[in-house]
Formats: sequence, structure tokens, C-alpha cells
Amino acid sequence: MSSPILDTLADRIRAAASASSPLQIRAGGSKDFYGNPPRGEIFDPRAYSGIVGYEPTELVVTARCGTLLAELEATLDGERQLLAFEPPHFGAGATVGGCVAAGLAGPRRAANGPLSGAVRDFMLGAKLLDGRGQLLSFGGTVMKNVAGFDVARLLAGSLGTLGLITEVSLKVLPRPAVESTLRFELDEASALQEVNRWAGKPLPVSATAWVGGVLHVRLSGAAAAVNAARATLGGELLDASNSAAYWRGIREQTNDWFAGDAPLWRLSLPSTAAPVALAGAQLIEWNGALRWLRSHVPAQQIRARAKELGGHATLFRGGDRSAGAFAPLAPPIAAIHERLKAEFDPAGIFNPGRM
Amino acid sequence: MRRRADFPRAILVWMNAPLEGIGRIDPARQRQVLAALRAVLPDDCLLSREEDTRPYDCDALTLYKQVPMIVALPHTEAQVQAVLRICNSLKVPIVPRGAGTSLSGGALPHHAGVLLSLARLNRIIRIDAQARIAVVQPGVRNLAISEAAAPLGLFYAPDPSSQIACSIGGNVAENSGGVHCLKYGLTVHNVLRVRGVMSDGEIVEVGSNALDAPGLDLLALMIGSEGMLAIVTEVTVKLLPKPQSACCIMASFARVEDAGNAVAALIATGIIPAGLEMLDRAAARMVEPFADAGYDLDAAAILLCESDGTTEEVAEEIGQMSAVLRAACATRILVSCNEAERLRFWAGRKNAFPAAGRVSPAYYCMDGTIPRKRLAEMLIAIQGMEAKYGLQCPNVFHAGDGNLHPLILFDDGDPDSVRRAEAFGVEILEASVRFGGTVTGEHGVGVEKVNQMCSQFDRATLDAFFAVKRAFDPPALLNPGKQIPTLPRCAEYGRMRVSGGQLPLADLPRF
Repeated sequence: MSSPILDTLADRIRAAASASSPLQIRAGGSKDFYGNPPRGEIFDPRAYSGIVGYEPTELVVTARCGTLLAELEATLDGERQLLAFEPPHFGAGATVGGCVAAGLAGPRRAANGPLSGAVRDFMLGAKLLDGRGQLLSFGGTVMKNVAGFDVARLLAGSLGTLGLITEVSLKVLPRPAVESTLRFELDEASALQEVNRWAGKPLPVSATAWVGGVLHVRLSGAAAAVNAARATLGGELLDASNSAAYWRGIREQTNDWFAGDAPLWRLSLPSTAAPVALAGAQLIEWNGALRWLRSHVPAQQIRARAKELGGHATLFRGGDRSAGAFAPLAPPIAAIHERLKAEFDPAGIFNPGRM
Repeated sequence: MRRRADFPRAILVWMNAPLEGIGRIDPARQRQVLAALRAVLPDDCLLSREEDTRPYDCDALTLYKQVPMIVALPHTEAQVQAVLRICNSLKVPIVPRGAGTSLSGGALPHHAGVLLSLARLNRIIRIDAQARIAVVQPGVRNLAISEAAAPLGLFYAPDPSSQIACSIGGNVAENSGGVHCLKYGLTVHNVLRVRGVMSDGEIVEVGSNALDAPGLDLLALMIGSEGMLAIVTEVTVKLLPKPQSACCIMASFARVEDAGNAVAALIATGIIPAGLEMLDRAAARMVEPFADAGYDLDAAAILLCESDGTTEEVAEEIGQMSAVLRAACATRILVSCNEAERLRFWAGRKNAFPAAGRVSPAYYCMDGTIPRKRLAEMLIAIQGMEAKYGLQCPNVFHAGDGNLHPLILFDDGDPDSVRRAEAFGVEILEASVRFGGTVTGEHGVGVEKVNQMCSQFDRATLDAFFAVKRAFDPPALLNPGKQIPTLPRCAEYGRMRVSGGQLPLADLPRF
């Protein structure tokens, strides 16, 4: 392989595979809470780090897995660009590899217009050390590439269960010229209706969050577009520093609403789904497509309600994960998962049970 | 066993090893499979006489032809399931087909297989304006979705050139793009959910009407899988609000390098144009008599550069972009003043393929993508190849994302011209890989580029693609032989490249 560090990582994988000894892929540990409890010996790939390619006019950055997410974002910011999926860090140690493996996106996920999407939407290429210690290279560094199955996107959110993601190429976008946040007082049903109505109009809405009768709406884009939208929507304007702090608090879950021990559920629903109507507190993002719920209601009941509304529920933080953090898969989908896992990781050593 | 004389209408290909699906139909096998299918499908859903199946012998890549053993035209998902169950029990290969507009031979039939047309599953099931989604069957045409959504102020963003004909099921199979995908993304960015049938007849749903689904992102794998993982029976697509207004700049450049630099300069300003297309002089001269678009025929290259959004936003962006283009040595800049003029600017670009069909007996459309900064270098390399192969090659590009569509003009009635066209194409594909790009940006690998996959990927990665295939389709019945080359195929391609294209033993089974 091209790097002695990769050789060392591959050797460790081969040794673990021959001993059938599970590995827990873990860098900064900022997302230990997420998914089913990690098992196995800690396998830390942070020695493999650094931005290996960044040309702002190509809109592509390539970084090794151990690169700090903060470092990557600072580099992009220096060129007035960003990761349009606005990933949460959940800690200073968050790395690029962990960000992609977790596949979590922030408030901009459901933005109106092109500056939106999940981690997978911006994956152009990835390298992976599989369960045999082979280095595989999927996708590439160009915007459009339909050669071969799109395994690079599959790796986003795979929680390290298919192998060690060693390097990723991500599409980056220009930072919006202007951002403003508006505040509205609206009840849950009216807020859901309004955000969906706005999403159907050519308005530069880049994030929405509703909690406790107050809806915040972020506008991003060219000055002319943001100003015109402000005039259309009305509401009360937040000042710039409060605006940035507000969305950081939502993204990083440091907002007061996220404090405390009550289990935090993540309900991913069609944006127009009816109010969840379960006991507990709610914070709603993504135009209604993401509903955070602090609730002691039994898991089964929350999952059943999410399913009834056309989505699924994840126990995101806290609570009892013994019944599984994620909603169970339909049998044919579960069978495909098992076969993919067996192909990429025949000895079953990578993050067993995490997903 | 695979003799030329058996296929008088097929253009057998000089550089390529024989394809898995090319061969003679076995009448006894045909009777057996037909009898089994008649038990589950009405007679009007099955074709087996050659005069009926011949129209299906190729898609839009006419270099390769093969009459299918049987054509099945189900009306319902249940019938699709029934066909797959029977094919699974008899181990019959299935080649799915939408509108047959694939430029890479993705729907090339199999001599021992069933060609499964999804054309009759053509209903728009529902459009939900509030949720901004459309649920459609795979045979619905791409443009029909936007037409149905237009009264609601919504549209479906991916707009491949073939959008009046191509079907959404085919778009899912190929991960189709279009001229607006720099800003609005590809099919993979605009599809929320796919329902399909596995090769064992089991129904699967990947993705959901929410923004994600539990487990691995199988939706990402399904999109662009060229019909090799499952047969699509229903698709939920995202609809976007129609921009209030759009405006297009047409800029001329005296040198191709200047146009390439202008593209980088535009991106550097922080604007993502809604469309950013380039035509070289040969392409402009080819399309102008056909489309009357008003192109500058003296320019070495023309850039079409579109902004859309609110009226205010468009005015701001057009001003900024015009300034950048002037600074980048544009020799002429025209801005569309109204919708008719904007559409006229685009008419030339969108009609490039039909125009090529008018000036030449045949054309071969390539689809490499390279880093944008190497556009000029690639154009110069293609000029060298024009001389080497004695064929003309006008170029149209999705310049914004580095996706090239060189159109090699050749005479399909002249075997030597066919041979040169194919060798020319291979050289462009190889150059795309060498420049750090890919052999296909949006048209798919199909049968056309299966050999060049050996250049782009190492063996371990190609084997991982086969692993994905096995995970979805263990008996390997869905569109076999497409997209992923086997080890012997790559070994042979490597030997041919070394020996200059002589295929030693044409009768060897080559998978």
C-alpha cells in the first residue's frame, strides 16, 4: 500500500480477522453515544490524517479519516466554502472519518434549493480497508461519476460496519453570501404547515427549528434573495451573532432543550406527517422531517407511532438501548444487510452489532 | 459457437471481447420459458416471434445488437414478480428496459434471456404538493413528471437531454443527470424512495418518504445500478419549487483555454450557475444550421451560463457572472432578455445529438468526466485523435461539472470507419481516466465501457462490485455481463491493449 500507516492498519485488520477478534473503530469518540453500544478492542485510525487535496474551483476536498472535522471546516472557510450538510461535531475530537461513518447532517439538511442534502449527497469518493485488509477505492474526485456501484455513498452512515473508511472526497459548496434568522410565534400544527408551504416556494430557507411555540427560520443566499424573502415572510429578525449561536446550539445539541437525562429520540418522518402526539417535549427541524422527542414512553410505542406516520425512530441518546437503538429492518432488507456485511467483513470484526 | 455469420445485422466489435449476452437463440429453451411465462402473463404481454422481438434488439447505442429470446411487457408489479419468480426457477437472465434511450447498451438484450419492458407501468400514482413529492411508476417519462407538477409550481430537477422520451425507471438505473445538475444534483439527489422486485420475486423498498431510512443507505446503491440489483416498480421523487425567473448568458471565447479558465473563475466567485455548458467551434457550427440558436461561429468556444431564482437574485448573479466572463477574456457576451431568447440559446445545446445525426450517417457519444481544470488539455488531446483516426469530433460539455460529450462522427456502413470510431472512443475513455476522471459521468457503463472499467478500478474494487451484486442478486440473473468486468475479461483487455487490438481466440467463452 502507498503508506506505512495504512500498512499498519491493514495488518491490524488481518490479525483481528484471523483471530476473529472484534474491532471497535474509534477516533475522537465524540459519537460513542450513537447506535448500539460499541464492542471490541479500540481501533484508532487517527494517525492517518491530513487534507490530501483541495482545489476550491473544483469544489472537491479529499481528506484522510483522522483529519479533525474542525480543521477541514476551517480550511474550507478560508476559501469561503463549506460542507453543505453542516455536520454536527458532538465534541472537539470529531474526525472526518467519524463524520462520514455516522452520516449525521445538521440543520441545512433540508434547505430549500441546491445547498442541501445529507452526507451521502456530497460523497464523491471513498477508500476503504475491508475485512481482508484490502484497500478498495470507490467513486473518485469528479462531480459526476456513474462507473460502478455507488459504494462511496453507501459508506456514509454505515457506522464502520463494512470496514475502515480511510479517505473521502467530498463535494464542497460556496458559503452563502448572507445569512439571516427570523423568529415567529406559532403552535406546532401551524408551524408544520407554514414550513412546508414555504418549502414549496422559491425562498432561500436553509434551516427551520420549532420548539416551545417558537419557530426559527434561517435564510441563506445572495443578499438580494435573502432581503426579498425577509420582506415576504415577516417575523422578527435575530441579530447576526445570536443567529449563528442559535443554529450552532441546535446542530451540536448544546441548546438548553437537549440538557437533562430524559431519553432523546430521533424521529425521521415525511415532513408533512401529523403531529407526533406522544407524551414528552419536542423540537422539530428539517421542515418537519426531523422530530426530536424527549420522552419516557416505551420504545415500542414510539416506534409504532413513527411507523404509522411513515417514518422511523432512533433512540439517539440515553435511555435503554438493550432493545436496539435503531428501528428493525424489513426481512428482505435485513437479508441484504447480512449478505453485504458478510462480503465486506467476512470475519465479522468491524463494529459488530453497532448498527 | 459464436460465429460472425450468425449475426449479419450485428456490428461485431473489433476491440471488445464477445459479450455475455450475444449469441443464438435456442428454440427449445425459448418454447420452455415461453410456456412457463404464459401461465402467469396474458398473451398480449409476451413476444417471441422474431419480427416482434427485433425492435428490441438494441437501445440508443446501436453499435451492439442482439435479438432477445422473449420480450415480456407486464402491466402490473404482480406480473413483474411472477416473471421474476419463473425466471429465477428456470435460471433465465433478465434484462430490464425502460424507454430504450440508454447510450451505453444498458438494455442490450440477452440471447438466452427475457427482455423485461417496464413501459406499461406508466402511471403517475400521486403528486403531493404540500409534501413536494411525486410517486410514479417506472415507465413514466422524465418530462411528464415536470409537466404534471407544473400547475402546482413544482418541477422534477434532473433533465437529461432525452427527457421527452426517457423513463424515470431508466433514470434510476443510470443515475441520470442533465444540464442543470451542477446546481440541482443528479437522480441520486432527487429520489427519496424506490420500490422494486428482487431476482427471487421478493418486494423491497429502499429509502422512504422521510429523508432517511434505518440501516445502510441501500437507495444510494440502487440508483445507478444499471438494473443489476433489482427491478424498479415504483419511485418517489422530490419536486422543487419552480424558480421565479431564469436568464442565460452566451459568451464567446477566442481560445478554448480562456473558456476553461472562465469556468474556474465563475466557480471561484462563489456562484453555482444553474447551468454551465460549453460548445467548441465544431459543435457550434454543426448545430447552428439545425437549431438557429444565434451562436458565434467564429468563437473557439461558447459558454452558456444560466442563473435562476428570484428576480432579484438572478439580476445580481447575471451582473456578477458577466463581469467575471469579461475579465476572463470573453470576446462577446449576450444576455437573454426574455424566455424565448433563453430557450433559443439552449436550443443549440439541447439539439447537439440530433444535429450530429443530421450531418453524419452515425455518431458515437462519449461521456467521460475529468477535473474541470483539464478541459482545455482534453480538447487538445481530442484534436490530435481526430487527425489520428481521420474522423471529426465536435464537443459539447457540461463544463460546470467536467462532464464531456465528444461526438465522434462516423459511417456505420463502413466497417473501417466503425473500427476507427470505436478505437477513438476507447482512447478518449482511457484519457479521461488518466486525467483523474471517470469513463462515465452520466450515461452508464452498460456493455460499452465494461472493458475500460478495468483501467479505472483495481481488481479488488471490481470484486467488491461483484460482492454488492451477489448481496442483492445471488443467482446473478439481473442484467448479467453489464457494468462490471470479470477477471478474464480484464486480463484479455490488458493483452489486447498491449498487442494493439488483435483478438486471438474469438471462440473462447469470455463470461
